[in-house]
Amino acid sequence: MTNHWIDIKNADSILIMGSNAAEHHPISFKWVLQAKDKGATVMHVDPKFSRTSARSDFHVPLRSGTDIAFLGGMIKYILDNELFFKEYVTEYTNASLIVGEGYGFKDGLFTGYDPKTRSYDKSRWGFELDGNGVPKRDKSLQHPRCVHQLMKKHYSRYGIDAVSATTGVSAENLLKVYKTFTATGKRDKAGTIMYALGWTQHTVGVQNIRSAGIIQLLLGNIGVAGGGINALRGEPNVQGSTDHTLLYHIIPGYMAMPNNEWQTYDDYVKANTPVSNDPMSANWWKNKPKYFASLLKAWFGENATPENGFCYEYLPKIEKGEDYSYMYLFDRMYEKKIRGGIIIGLNPMNSVPNSNKVRKALDNLDWLVTSELHHSETTDNWQRPGVDPKSVKTEVFLLPSAHRLEKEGSVTNSGRWLLWHYKAIEPAFEARSFGDMFTGFMKRVRELYREEGGTLPEPVLKLDYPETYDPESLCALINGRFTRDTVVKGKTYRKGQLVPSFTALTDDGSTSSLNWLYAGSYTEEGGNKAKRRSTKQTPMQKNIGLFPNWAWCWPVNRRILYNRASVDLNGKPYNPEKAVIEWKNGKWVGDVPDGGWPPMATGKGRYPFIMSKHGFGQIYGPGRQDGPFSEHYEPVETPVARNMFSQQLNSPVYKFVSSEMDKLSAPADPNFPIVLTTYSLTEHWCGGGETRNIPNLLEAEPQLYVEMSPELAGEKGIANGDGVIVESARGRVEAIAMVTVRMRPLRVHGRIIHEIGMPFCFGWTTPGTGDATNRLTPSVGDPNTTIPEYKACCVNVRKADRLTELAT
Amino acid sequence: MPKSFLIDTSRCTACRGCQIACKEWHELPANKTTQYGWGSHQNPQDLNANNYKLVRFSEHLDGDVIRWNFFPDQCRHCVEPPCKDMADMIVEGAVVRDDKTGAVLFTEASVKLSEADFEEVRMACPYDIPRRNENSGLMSKCTMCNERIHSGLQPACVKVCPTGTMQFGEREDMLKLAEARLESLKKDWPEAMLADPYDVNVIYLLIDTPENYHERSVAANTAGPMSKKQFFATLTRPFRAMKA
Repeated sequence: MTNHWIDIKNADSILIMGSNAAEHHPISFKWVLQAKDKGATVMHVDPKFSRTSARSDFHVPLRSGTDIAFLGGMIKYILDNELFFKEYVTEYTNASLIVGEGYGFKDGLFTGYDPKTRSYDKSRWGFELDGNGVPKRDKSLQHPRCVHQLMKKHYSRYGIDAVSATTGVSAENLLKVYKTFTATGKRDKAGTIMYALGWTQHTVGVQNIRSAGIIQLLLGNIGVAGGGINALRGEPNVQGSTDHTLLYHIIPGYMAMPNNEWQTYDDYVKANTPVSNDPMSANWWKNKPKYFASLLKAWFGENATPENGFCYEYLPKIEKGEDYSYMYLFDRMYEKKIRGGIIIGLNPMNSVPNSNKVRKALDNLDWLVTSELHHSETTDNWQRPGVDPKSVKTEVFLLPSAHRLEKEGSVTNSGRWLLWHYKAIEPAFEARSFGDMFTGFMKRVRELYREEGGTLPEPVLKLDYPETYDPESLCALINGRFTRDTVVKGKTYRKGQLVPSFTALTDDGSTSSLNWLYAGSYTEEGGNKAKRRSTKQTPMQKNIGLFPNWAWCWPVNRRILYNRASVDLNGKPYNPEKAVIEWKNGKWVGDVPDGGWPPMATGKGRYPFIMSKHGFGQIYGPGRQDGPFSEHYEPVETPVARNMFSQQLNSPVYKFVSSEMDKLSAPADPNFPIVLTTYSLTEHWCGGGETRNIPNLLEAEPQLYVEMSPELAGEKGIANGDGVIVESARGRVEAIAMVTVRMRPLRVHGRIIHEIGMPFCFGWTTPGTGDATNRLTPSVGDPNTTIPEYKACCVNVRKADRLTELAT
Repeated sequence: MPKSFLIDTSRCTACRGCQIACKEWHELPANKTTQYGWGSHQNPQDLNANNYKLVRFSEHLDGDVIRWNFFPDQCRHCVEPPCKDMADMIVEGAVVRDDKTGAVLFTEASVKLSEADFEEVRMACPYDIPRRNENSGLMSKCTMCNERIHSGLQPACVKVCPTGTMQFGEREDMLKLAEARLESLKKDWPEAMLADPYDVNVIYLLIDTPENYHERSVAANTAGPMSKKQFFATLTRPFRAMKA
């Protein structure tokens, strides 16, 4: 999140889209309701009327995968009616920057597209630069190639009729949402957008969020209290996991994973450190070498020196352009290219698309190490229904795992707050924490390398790896330590002491830190700040519920990101009633300012979006794989034959795999005319491996169901409570029909299209409850993140003659 | 000073926190439940010996507008509990009232009631709350977490509720809060009402008509043309001899 949970109560208008917040983030609704108490409007735009919709002011159903059409229409509405916050847009966003002549857009394609590689040459989208390499600017926003004018042209196609026909949303409902939300374009009004996997799990996922980003920048809603782009992160410490980068393509602190084109430390630093010659742009990533070098020091300890590039050459490198995420990983496994591995903390045999394929793929492994609280569809894949265990060669190890309550450590919430969790009770019997397991593995592996040698032992042996797992000391190392006596701002720190903040990190080998973003979280002065529970705050902070002394958030305990955009050029809050920071008597008060420089008007300020090279909020975003502006493309499996906005039906750059088990239905395939969306539940988490084994949770949600409208049920002769078969090009799933008015038929492209929804938490290891919904979903993904399109595919449904997966 | 609950359904998101926290606190076992032939999020389907608290779901289309009402049902801990009046005539002490907290409690003595006796007690309740463990004969329902209250804690369902739907405190304070909340909600919800606030210690604040929540959300909603007065009059039927 750019903001944080409590801040939601400061909003005047709340748009919940691509999220079912009340069901999947129940605590968040405390703050939504507090905003509502104070008169905020709460709108829920989502295919299904859910428990979130019940508590919103109104619900607007739309077809899965058409969010960009919807949001594009809102952008056009803002521009046509001049509802944007002009000063904010001109001063703080890149709306005034002039784009080079290489940029163009025609018929669904941006310039630079290569159909052979299915990718764009993004250099075509660059800005027009002056002699210093700084983008030219027209603050009148009139230049035909300034971002503002290009944006107007781009979204001019998103008129009400085309948007309505695409999304299935009535013109009346479109205007209702647009009017309500865009009223927050005024300087004293703030609107927040709450989103989650309903937006990300599409082949246009990132562009969904980009669309919202454009809207929030136009309305001046970024950096202010009650505003923001607020991603609701997952329960399993997803925020913490992405910060410490369990994802393959990044290393801790959101830096790029080294690839084979960067063979040396210098290569990496050169390629990854952005340069800006604009003195007004902070270009904060210019400090990347300090964070990178400190990370390497933390990994390799004394072995890492400036002379040897901090042991950079010992790091594994991925092949440039290759994709190692789940979709490709399981495809390689299917092609017998992977011998073995560790699957831990997830249940992919239930939660990855095209389950029939991935379950088969897992059979190809020689060995598999898993760790769980319970047997799951993954640990027991080798004895799944229909498979003779004797035919599966995989040797599976199931290590008993400690439960979260049996471990201590920090968990990072969606608001970037690090919260310490204490151990309630010791793990039972031989169950261990993952930390204990991994330090145990590494200890043995290193011993073997020492004793037996092997191919390239250095990357393993030269690691400064802990012998045992201790969460407190790990958190201290994550914060960072000085590797020699150092003076910072007149204060002397001894070798081994904790760094006070990432501003103390260097690239000369004097500091180590496992994650620059977390520097400042565990310090000599403040101790383990994740444990702080003080409600102390100044009146200004109290006014917006900032709670700066409760826990600690990254970066540097700044609660609202980009908050320099919440004040005018003189440092005065745009909305004094809900001020975030203010320049008073020569200093900033309130939240930690997003850069301590004085206000812009002094001439010594910096543009507020310090993490982007040019310093502006990116309305035009040339860094994405699929274009600098968002564009509606149909989901890969779509019930319609054409795209109302261009000739390009699907994203021209979406990712996919293509084994013989990766079948896709054709657009408007009459065999699969119904749109399926899949989702979580309050009562079950993700693939259900843990929660199906908690009796009172299973009691509340006992079996796989499919929510469908009475109209669709009537067409198919299905009654509420009947067993049904849901089928896609990839597989079939048994479910119980939940016939409900909460699913509405949609009028799309002039005809009725039905949408149905299913949870994905039920699996065969809990007999009679159903099995993987993901047998239906396709292995197609977003070009930036490879996140699969779980939220939209095409199916058919019929009444079942008999049921084998569900108890009756 | 009796305690009261205010259950503000305008804030309920049917998360089932209350339903499940209650079971976890009382260590009640799970029932086998199903969607087959049922097709609803309401599970278990009804209150039972293992579920003292049940979130009831009720949906309907109001023109083009979908309404989905949630009713986190539980014993009302009536000011003058009809279940106690009935039980006193059969087995004294099977149902007692803690005058300090207002909690109406089924005791171990309730096992002495036959199944037929129990049905009398159950029918006496305008909200259809009393249930019975088939094996032991023990009558069961919400206990107001009486032992927690005596230890200065809140009832489990109140503690766990994330949205402020479940409120708990001194009866006077809860009645004041109820009136204030009702006032603020009337603007958007003209149908808003409090359910039998002066007869019960568990006061539901409804924003839709009672029928759109649950048959037994208010006492006047009991089947048949009887008024509440008439219903209570049935309690003065001839005394039935206690079985040996």
